[in-house]
Amino acid sequence: MPQYFQPEIETASRDEIIRIQNEKIVKQVRHVYDNVAYYRDLMDKKGVKPEDIKGIEDIHKLPFLKKDDLRECYPYGLLATDLKDCVRIHSTSGTTGKRVVAFYTHHDIDLWEECCARAIVAAGGSNEDVVQVCYGYGLFTGGSGLDGGSHKLGCLTLPMSSGNTDRQIQFMMDLNATILCCTPSYAAFIAESLKERGYKPEDNKLKAGIFGAEPWTEEMRQQIEEGLGIKAYDIYGLTETSGPGVAFECSEQTGMHINEDHFYAEIIDPDTGEVLPEGEKGELVFTALDKEAFPLLRYRTRDICVLTRGKCSCGRTHVKMCKPMGRSDDMLIIRGVNVFPSQIETVLLNEGYSPNYMIYVDRKNNTDTLDIDVELSPERFSDNIADMQEMEKKLAAAMRTMLGIGPKIHLVPPKTIQRSEGKAVRVVDNRKLH
Amino acid sequence: MAVRQLSIFIENKHGRLSEAIKGISESDVNIRALSIGDSSDYGIVRMIVSDLERARDLLGENILSKVTSVVAVKMDDKGGALYKILRALEEAEINVKYTYAFTSNKQFGAYVVLRVDDVEATEKLLSEKGFELATDDEIRA
Repeated sequence: MPQYFQPEIETASRDEIIRIQNEKIVKQVRHVYDNVAYYRDLMDKKGVKPEDIKGIEDIHKLPFLKKDDLRECYPYGLLATDLKDCVRIHSTSGTTGKRVVAFYTHHDIDLWEECCARAIVAAGGSNEDVVQVCYGYGLFTGGSGLDGGSHKLGCLTLPMSSGNTDRQIQFMMDLNATILCCTPSYAAFIAESLKERGYKPEDNKLKAGIFGAEPWTEEMRQQIEEGLGIKAYDIYGLTETSGPGVAFECSEQTGMHINEDHFYAEIIDPDTGEVLPEGEKGELVFTALDKEAFPLLRYRTRDICVLTRGKCSCGRTHVKMCKPMGRSDDMLIIRGVNVFPSQIETVLLNEGYSPNYMIYVDRKNNTDTLDIDVELSPERFSDNIADMQEMEKKLAAAMRTMLGIGPKIHLVPPKTIQRSEGKAVRVVDNRKLH
Repeated sequence: MAVRQLSIFIENKHGRLSEAIKGISESDVNIRALSIGDSSDYGIVRMIVSDLERARDLLGENILSKVTSVVAVKMDDKGGALYKILRALEEAEINVKYTYAFTSNKQFGAYVVLRVDDVEATEKLLSEKGFELATDDEIRA
């Protein structure tokens, strides 16, 4: 069984990694400066020229990109190649109607799939494995990413997509799936469903799972490992940087190795933007070193994280990131979908409701729940309950369109949601994930 | 002719109804009839009160209230009376959103309150069919 998908790079010396990064960053900055007017303006405003970036140690001179920049540039503003060279897009769930669309060339898909293949090998996979991918396929990166990695490695791939648990279980058992890829909450749900159907953990052929796209705890890992009789590995990525596989866990299960030959990671102080020394907690920033179509430089992920560079027993030399410990903005990840309170506010205002609301997020039976208290305005109050229920339904549907997931709406009397004088507390997250 | 009903919106939580009508109960305003439509989150309380304006004042600004026109029909307090009224509405294809009934302390039997879209048309139909409608003043007394 192979230990690495690409041993020479995954175990490369520190000097070798820096050499690769130096070479790639110089080329990449030139590529972006020449082809992305938006970023060229940012660099010009900061007084940085491509020739000022002589190696990776100069990266701190470059301006940051934030989510707002990506929205502003929708859809083509950050595209760095001809459209004819692009072969695919993926997209985030989007906010205020504008989504982030990421473009991929053949090369970009290739490097992404390589990253995912590395993750599968790190989870103990080889071309003899049967990989069941039940991340969603489509605009979401989860399905395509792991599917691509599985192909690259030569595994038999079951492109299940999400949902239809009966069918998932049938294929898992009948086709002897050995590696499961999905969100951790879905993995826990599958474990529970297997138990309900009378299966014991040893009845399935699974040996490992690669779970990501939403925050999860060590307790949940233990629960999944026991429930399915497997080892559960974390994987990290975001649409902006390509998708899952930017970082992945190895047998040590103490943090995720970042694919440093493709993605350069920094930790910054979210308030000052200053780069923090290794081991300190701050906001995670990524630079795509060799992506062609959508090469983000110094993209602020808003994930709060720590990087460590100690020796890993797996033999990989790439830097490790911990599980994200929270967010530096107010984004919530609910059932794998990114949700901003501002999106909920936009829907309320569009639908003619008061912008006073409370969001309650919880995890019940391993599934995230989203409940929103909304104040009823006097004009909307009807003495007929069917009218009121119709209203709630319409609002829930508008929320689902905006957010990509459906909340449960609770109408409450006017002026009953607490007004605050400073920063309003609008979110109560009872999941205790960090 | 139509009767004015007072509706209030309250959370479906312990003690909310008594809290809401506390002011009314401490006054000389009488709640003649009350019906509730509820979901797991809230209740819509519909009332016929002896003095609607005062009742609204007594609820205060913090209780969301609203006045709706409804149709009130007098009926005998005996079996089959409500059925006749509902049959007449059904034949005329008038949709009743909700209804409630209460007995009267007057010499005749009871009232049935009907919430419909077109109050006027409903009243016209019921009058023509020989039913006796209650006036706003009458039903409050």
